[in-house]
Amino acid sequence: MKTENQKAWLFVLPVLALVAFNALIPMMTVVNYSVQETFGDNVFFWQGLDWFQQILRSDRFHDALGRQFLFTFLILIIEVPLGIAIALSMPRKGFWVPVCLVLMALPMLIPWNVVGAMWNIFTLPDIGLLGYFLNHVLGINYDMTQDPVAAWITIVTMDVWHWTSLVVLLSYAGLVSIPDAYYQAAKIDGASNWAVFRFIQLPKMKTVLTIAILLRFMDSFNIYTEPFVLTGGGPGNSTTLLSIDLVKIALGQFDLGPAAAMSLIYFAITLLVSWLFYTLMTKDDLN
Amino acid sequence: MAKITLSKLRHSYLPNPSSDSDFALKEIDLDWSDGGAYALLGPSGCGKSTLLNIISGLLVPSEGKILFDDKDVTTLPPDQRNIAQVFQFPVIYDTMTVYDNLAFPLRNRGRDEATVKTRVTAIAEMLELTEMLNTRAAGLSPDTKQKISMGRGLVREDVNVVMFDEPLTVIDPHLKWKLRSKLKELHQRVKATMIYVTHDQTEALTFADQVVVMQLGEVVQVGTPVELFERPAHTFVGHFIGSPGMNILPCTLVEGAAHFADQAIALEGPIKGTPQGKTEIGIRPEFVSLASSGLPATVTKVSDVGRHTVVECTAGGERINAIIEGDAPEKGASVHLEFRRDQTRLYVDGWLATTPEEAMA
Repeated sequence: MKTENQKAWLFVLPVLALVAFNALIPMMTVVNYSVQETFGDNVFFWQGLDWFQQILRSDRFHDALGRQFLFTFLILIIEVPLGIAIALSMPRKGFWVPVCLVLMALPMLIPWNVVGAMWNIFTLPDIGLLGYFLNHVLGINYDMTQDPVAAWITIVTMDVWHWTSLVVLLSYAGLVSIPDAYYQAAKIDGASNWAVFRFIQLPKMKTVLTIAILLRFMDSFNIYTEPFVLTGGGPGNSTTLLSIDLVKIALGQFDLGPAAAMSLIYFAITLLVSWLFYTLMTKDDLN
Repeated sequence: MAKITLSKLRHSYLPNPSSDSDFALKEIDLDWSDGGAYALLGPSGCGKSTLLNIISGLLVPSEGKILFDDKDVTTLPPDQRNIAQVFQFPVIYDTMTVYDNLAFPLRNRGRDEATVKTRVTAIAEMLELTEMLNTRAAGLSPDTKQKISMGRGLVREDVNVVMFDEPLTVIDPHLKWKLRSKLKELHQRVKATMIYVTHDQTEALTFADQVVVMQLGEVVQVGTPVELFERPAHTFVGHFIGSPGMNILPCTLVEGAAHFADQAIALEGPIKGTPQGKTEIGIRPEFVSLASSGLPATVTKVSDVGRHTVVECTAGGERINAIIEGDAPEKGASVHLEFRRDQTRLYVDGWLATTPEEAMA
């Protein structure tokens, strides 16, 4: 006799309730806003897909999206190779291992708004250590509040400083899991350093690197606090990334409908790119 | 293919070794002839892997020299020694096909694709890998992966020596036997010098023509499997090889005769020199028999292992194993043990100290 009982559902309920409150309900509220117009007082007018059309056709959105992709592309193209290079040059054994690991982890422990504030002060031309040095010692005209290029260099450098460690630590975890025998066999097989990297280290790091790139993509694509504190999206709109623009629309202009539509589009893009990337990277393992 | 000479080799993992115990390898002198099949046998931590890594060039010894065909290679890196090594855990390049795995050592050395193809095809044939040459190596079973590692070692035609570092550890028992006979067959076909490191006596004795037995960083005996079995040069060899191992019984010397449990025990021949130190009698269970007179003993355990029976007795406070064909006594029975004289040896401080009678004549 097989007895069935439904008690297992009881264990699922708390999680279900938690997910409902912190994800499903807020999400549905956004969906709700995205198809309606409101002037406050809880009065809503049906708007259909107008907001979506408006956002998708607006130059402002295209520009912010372009800047967002540029930013994510730049930090990935710097952080991933740099992170791998640092991980490769870190010691595998001995006294310096914990020292390196702690040093690497430090930037990630600093709260995001503090990172923004630190880099803001650091790069101020009159009192910032770096800003003063560049302007007054080296004589380079560097002012991120005036010059869009300087602003871009600063936010990209800041992100590299803050998050390369994540790539380093994940790659390092992949590297230390490679048994010595692989390196010894490669030596005996006459493999060059490049071949060792290409055929031993990179394949062994692939899984963790996939996760690292995915995390860095999502985090950088949704980045808000650091550039907001650092440049506030300026000078002009030159560093207004998607999230900063979104907050401007939602809280600055109080256009809740378009802002809701934009969040959903934003979310869909993040999800789509992540899914595509993950599927492509893990395709080989399934066969 | 080459003759390998190890000359006054010592190695320590410490920067400034001072005493003998600092050395993972104590002084080793060995000559291995071209095309031989050798085994390095010893328990874990005896230094056999250290010795192997020194021969392959992964380690540079603290002292001494390694010669390949009388050419000093002591400081040469592995890739310039033309050696091959198969590791305990199969090393394969996951992203490559079986073909590319086998071709890797040749391509790294800049051979043209035609040569690569001929060699890879020949080796794959030998290892029965032909059918899977185009599959990716990642998903294969451990024994197939280990065959690929072996193949990478054998694919270079100019290889001086192929070394195996406990290659069957991760292989399923029923495949071990298959792979072992494959290895033996390969050795006969390619005629390369092969060194096989293991702690498993069966693997060592079936593979090798000459077995080097090591203990605590020292070579205790070099010999054919028969020599190791019949005349262990050290009690360690006697004990380590054989199942059960040699009986080692503490004895006293009274006027040049060995006494155990108040009985004079006849030895195979005269004792070399004047023994000083710990004296022991060594006799293999195969040469202990039950008799009507002789050393009185009590049977403590009887195990039927199939072909024969291992009878464990106690005499003079020591355990003595005897291998008996046919009817075995009951547990608790009082028996008399007889030692075959020409197989009864004396060991002083662990080392063989008797010479056989015939040798004197």
